[in-house]
Amino acid sequence: MKSILLSNLLFIAICAFGQDDLMKELEGAQKPETTYVASTFKGSRLVNGQTVETKGKGELEFIFSHRFGAISSGSYNLFGLDQAFVRLGLEYGLTDNIGIGLGRNSYDKTIDGYVRYKLLRQSSGAHNMPVTVTAFLNGAIKTSPEKLDPGLVSADRLSYTGQLLIARKFSSKLSLQLMPTLIHRNAVDKRIDDNDLIAIGAGGRYKITRSIALTSEYYYRVGVKNGNLNKNSIGFGVDIETGGHIFQLVMTNAQGITERAFIGETVGDFFAGDIHLGFNVTRTFQLKKRK
Amino acid sequence: MKTIICFSILLYTTQFSFSQKYTLEKSTITFYSDAPVEDIKAENSKAASLLNMTTGDIVFSIPIEEFEFEKDLMKKHFNEKYLETEKYPKATFQGKIIGFKTEVSGEQETSAKGKLTMHGVTKEIEVQGIIDMTNNKPRIKANFKIRIADYNIKIPQLLWKNIAEEVDVKVEFNYKP
Repeated sequence: MKSILLSNLLFIAICAFGQDDLMKELEGAQKPETTYVASTFKGSRLVNGQTVETKGKGELEFIFSHRFGAISSGSYNLFGLDQAFVRLGLEYGLTDNIGIGLGRNSYDKTIDGYVRYKLLRQSSGAHNMPVTVTAFLNGAIKTSPEKLDPGLVSADRLSYTGQLLIARKFSSKLSLQLMPTLIHRNAVDKRIDDNDLIAIGAGGRYKITRSIALTSEYYYRVGVKNGNLNKNSIGFGVDIETGGHIFQLVMTNAQGITERAFIGETVGDFFAGDIHLGFNVTRTFQLKKRK
Repeated sequence: MKTIICFSILLYTTQFSFSQKYTLEKSTITFYSDAPVEDIKAENSKAASLLNMTTGDIVFSIPIEEFEFEKDLMKKHFNEKYLETEKYPKATFQGKIIGFKTEVSGEQETSAKGKLTMHGVTKEIEVQGIIDMTNNKPRIKANFKIRIADYNIKIPQLLWKNIAEEVDVKVEFNYKP
């Protein structure tokens, strides 16, 4: 009896005409959705290192990076602008989650190739995932004249990097990232280094307008041997996005642009003025149309 | 007791006969932006809509994230910089179809008037369109223009040659009872 009355009331309520009710009915009928977070970072590079971002399927990114000499080298070198190391690179999205890349850095004449794979995507709603996780693997070889590394053969000049990039976009402005890293070098100076180097990176970005963001990045090397005078790499940057380009202006104590070089072999002391100005410029081309 | 049951039956049947509600079977929403440097086109087939032909009420809701572009970067910028999809995930319309004549068969011209909400801004709009009730499966087609400045969507000066100030929107909804 009561239930019939109740259901009648309910029915009347549901059938009460009006757009607001129709809207509510529409919203009520929709399944809970999963919202995936996009654009945790603007580019594939934070400062020197990688971000969780992958290219979309069929996208090709051309990356031109540049690190000047140290500001502390003085006016004779025009505060570092007289000398520079360059990396030219390409990255291609095989799928929305898998990318491959290739590059050459004039620092030690290093050639590097890499794969990145987005394992998890930050999402909310029906499927909740607090972070985006991307795995990054690279191999790099120094091709500078072998006489610079006496007694070593080509295979000794190889290095490999494995990274897990774990990022969370806290708000549309703030994203933070952690980068546990393992770098294996086939040959090192055993007095000051082990073949395997573990480092933990941390960094983030803060958007100040919708096209400009401030970035920073720091890599802490774990268990560094006594007598190793290399420094942890630190960097700050400004990302400026204009259409298909991203300009990243950076200040860092590292001059190399591959993982082995900037994480393991940074010699500059940022706070003593060994600051290298530099930039990463990316241009994205859509090679395969999405539809 | 009897009267209540009778009343219930009466209530349900009358409501059903009077309220002809239709849900969406298939939909396409396309927009075009023709600017000097770049033509941008995006398509969305994930809209939800309800149509009440008794009252002429029509509502729809469009998930902004589901607009598909030719270029991935366009989609990224569209969502992140212009429509701010994380903040405003949906565009909605609540309105009424005006001037529909039940005695006309086949296609007929009507208009819809109501509130379009997107990017957190609600505007009263009126749109001309075509409705076709053949086989009790309403089809609605409409073409209209949206001034993006009306919805507080700002285009940086650097890109005004890439993005048009007015975009053409094409809507096609196929309903079923």
